[in-house]
Amino acid sequence: MSYLALERLTKAYGGVLAVEALDLTVARGEFISLLGPSGCGKTTTLQMIAGFVEPTSGRAMLNGTDLFGVQPNKRGLGVVFQSYALFPHVTVAENVAFGLEMRGVPRAEREQRVKQTLDLVGLSGLADRYPRRMSGGQQQRVALARALVIQPAILLLDEPLSNLDAKLREEMQTELRAIQRSVGTTTILVTHDQGEAMALSDRIVIMNKGRVEQIARPDEAYARPASAFVANFLGKTNTLPAKVVNEGGRHVVDIAGFRLPAPGRSPAGPVTVTVRPERISFVDDSALGVRGRVQSRVFQGTHWLFHIETELGALIVLRQNDGAAVPLEGQDVCLAWGENDLLIEASRGV
Amino acid sequence: MTVNPKLTPLLLSGPALLVFIGLVISPLVMTALLSFYDWGQYKGIVAEFTIKNWHEVIADGYYYEIFGRTLRIALFVTLITVLIGVPEAYILNRMTPRWRGVFLLVVIGPLLISVVARTLGWALLFGSTGLISQALLALGIAREPVDLMFTETGVVIALTHVLVPFMVLAVMAALQRLNPDVENAAMSLGASAFTVWRRVVLPQIVPGILSGSVIVFALAASAFATPAIIGGRRLKVAATLAYDEFLNTLNWPLGAAIAMILLVALVAIIVGSNRLIERRYAQVFE
Amino acid sequence: MRRNGPLALVFHAIFVAFILAPIVVVCAVAFTPEGYLSLPTKGFSLRWFKAILDYPEFLRAFRDSLWLAALSSTIAIGLAVPAALAIARYRFIGREAITALFLSPLMIPHVVLGIAFLRFFSQIGLSGSFLGLVLSHIIVVLPFALRLVLASSYGIDQRIEHAAISLGASSFVTFRRVTLPLIMPGVVSGWVLAFINSFDEVTMTVFIASPSTTTLPVRLFLYIQDNIDPLVSSISASLILMTAVVMIVLDRLFGLDRLFLGSAKS
Repeated sequence: MSYLALERLTKAYGGVLAVEALDLTVARGEFISLLGPSGCGKTTTLQMIAGFVEPTSGRAMLNGTDLFGVQPNKRGLGVVFQSYALFPHVTVAENVAFGLEMRGVPRAEREQRVKQTLDLVGLSGLADRYPRRMSGGQQQRVALARALVIQPAILLLDEPLSNLDAKLREEMQTELRAIQRSVGTTTILVTHDQGEAMALSDRIVIMNKGRVEQIARPDEAYARPASAFVANFLGKTNTLPAKVVNEGGRHVVDIAGFRLPAPGRSPAGPVTVTVRPERISFVDDSALGVRGRVQSRVFQGTHWLFHIETELGALIVLRQNDGAAVPLEGQDVCLAWGENDLLIEASRGV
Repeated sequence: MTVNPKLTPLLLSGPALLVFIGLVISPLVMTALLSFYDWGQYKGIVAEFTIKNWHEVIADGYYYEIFGRTLRIALFVTLITVLIGVPEAYILNRMTPRWRGVFLLVVIGPLLISVVARTLGWALLFGSTGLISQALLALGIAREPVDLMFTETGVVIALTHVLVPFMVLAVMAALQRLNPDVENAAMSLGASAFTVWRRVVLPQIVPGILSGSVIVFALAASAFATPAIIGGRRLKVAATLAYDEFLNTLNWPLGAAIAMILLVALVAIIVGSNRLIERRYAQVFE
Repeated sequence: MRRNGPLALVFHAIFVAFILAPIVVVCAVAFTPEGYLSLPTKGFSLRWFKAILDYPEFLRAFRDSLWLAALSSTIAIGLAVPAALAIARYRFIGREAITALFLSPLMIPHVVLGIAFLRFFSQIGLSGSFLGLVLSHIIVVLPFALRLVLASSYGIDQRIEHAAISLGASSFVTFRRVTLPLIMPGVVSGWVLAFINSFDEVTMTVFIASPSTTTLPVRLFLYIQDNIDPLVSSISASLILMTAVVMIVLDRLFGLDRLFLGSAKS
């Protein structure tokens, strides 16, 4: 049974639809990410759930009660903001205690729960500090503690890690996931960072221009993106125009003359083919592959990233840095991929 | 929310709004009406519509002279505050923060001191036996005692002193928005200090100078205490004229007409020049 | 940043001398032992400061000025805080017009305001009353209070209030526990600036004060119109001294440049 259900949730500003008929069900304890580029409606969705933005239409049922019938300050949701939005004029402990005070929790219990929560987020010794005097990562933890201490029905995270530098962000991702697992709070994360969404979530909701493109497990969405948009958004990919033809009872995909058997259930006609850069390999025999020349080669530590000018257009290729020799810039190469590496989608609007 | 969110701003600003409608709009409207009332030496104020007060103020050469003097004084004060206030603001802005703090206190601080006390100082300096006269005699610049009391020059000097802090503030605000790297960039391209100032700094602070000028002009044209003390009854300006009509001659309708002309002229000048500044410089700034 | 050249420093010295000259002269004259004005003064005496005590009307005017300034600036800030929040937070029809109306006393010459209040109060039977003074001063000081509160209201992140609401705070609790502390610097400095402007106001007040209910600057102004003697110097010097103390305290608390440049900006 679903814990939170969003039903045809819609928000229009003037005539512009920021969120269009969004349907989503979330199970208790689940970690869901709303992922998409800026302006895709993910933050608006979060703010409607939190009550800071009035929905134009639609419902949000939390555990059987209509969330929009409850005032924002009575919804009992924990929110962590991108800017952390800590109260700058009071200490860390007072920040965390605020929600408990609002609930009339007696002082002794309050102090104990504040301490427990600060321990949980790893801020034990810093209860009497003021937020201004803390690093971004520490402020982030205070914001998390402040939201968690009220044992929220849902934890709403609005780009909570985007103000942190790359290394710290990765650490916090691991920690955030661990904390969420141990507390078991149902969590909705808004982010534009696909890596973050994939690292943290049970399921990802990929949004574009106010609409849901796909709701799926991270590995699922990556392996079987519902659209070229999803494929592009979840990591690098190569997108090529092609057509699927019927050749003697077999479907064949024809990419500018380069032919491969098409995977089953491929639609006939013009299609868009996507192939992940890590699925393309260098081969020796030019008869089997697509010929091209290395335009540039960028070293990325664990990987090499190649830009290759080919007969089919510019392609990017990722090669694992496994110590083996890799082609040089300007070198002629031959590329190949298998039929299972292709994703074929009927072309839209061509 | 218990109240309609659309009503919230109205509820919040409502009390102040009521006070302003009751205490700004209605007195001004009543004064405007008063300026069209009749008045006689013996009959006093009579609620009969007449334009004679306006006609008198606009047509009579005596009022012309006073409004002309008011305008002249205000223009001179504005010009002098620009000439001395702008360089001073620039100098202050280039000081180290510590010295800037000290001298801001000296330059801006007098704004907090009562105008009466500040003007009194000038009255003490101006008389024929005052320090200025003594100094000019001692230096041989003047042959006989110089009395600046009850002169336009005296009023201009004292008003400049009272109002120059506003110019310094306006220009400093503009200077602080400047990117110091731009000056350095100009210098790295080979510009001399003066050229940097004229070609790079000045054009960017013109809006600040203009808005400072509008403030100074408006305050100088409507100044009361300083011209009343330094100029006395002999050298009337618009504000002291209105005062006399109200509290000495007791011709309130005429005083009201003078006040209305002053108000309309100043509001027109302020709003007009602000529009002009905004339109002229809108593309350069934000 | 480059330093000021010698020419700039000479200009600066002359400018500072110009600013300080009348203020120094007032103070110097106040310490004269003579019974008349004389400069340069020979000797040093506090007799004219002691003489202030023999003029109870000045002392009463001083007390009334303090009360007037305290009352009008407190009421003005009480009106300005909610108004500033409405203006800073909400987009509503008439927002610009309301803002312009609240700031209009800065644009209306104080002589005109004085005349308008004189007419208004004489019509509604408040002429010469302390209440009339308070009401009129609320109007002239409110723009100062409003501008500083507005500046601090624009500066706060609204998500901090959202955070409080999400944690269960009602609108009122959010205001009291979060919003008000955040705009407090603006509220305090707005009140102080309003107080000073009320205390110093003379042009408008001279129209509506009565001999029995008047302020110190007005009494001083009327006195100076008739005669200038060491007494007005000693009173003015006392005012200057008090202002200097307030100024230094303000500078320590907020920084004068922030108080004025903050208000000069918008």
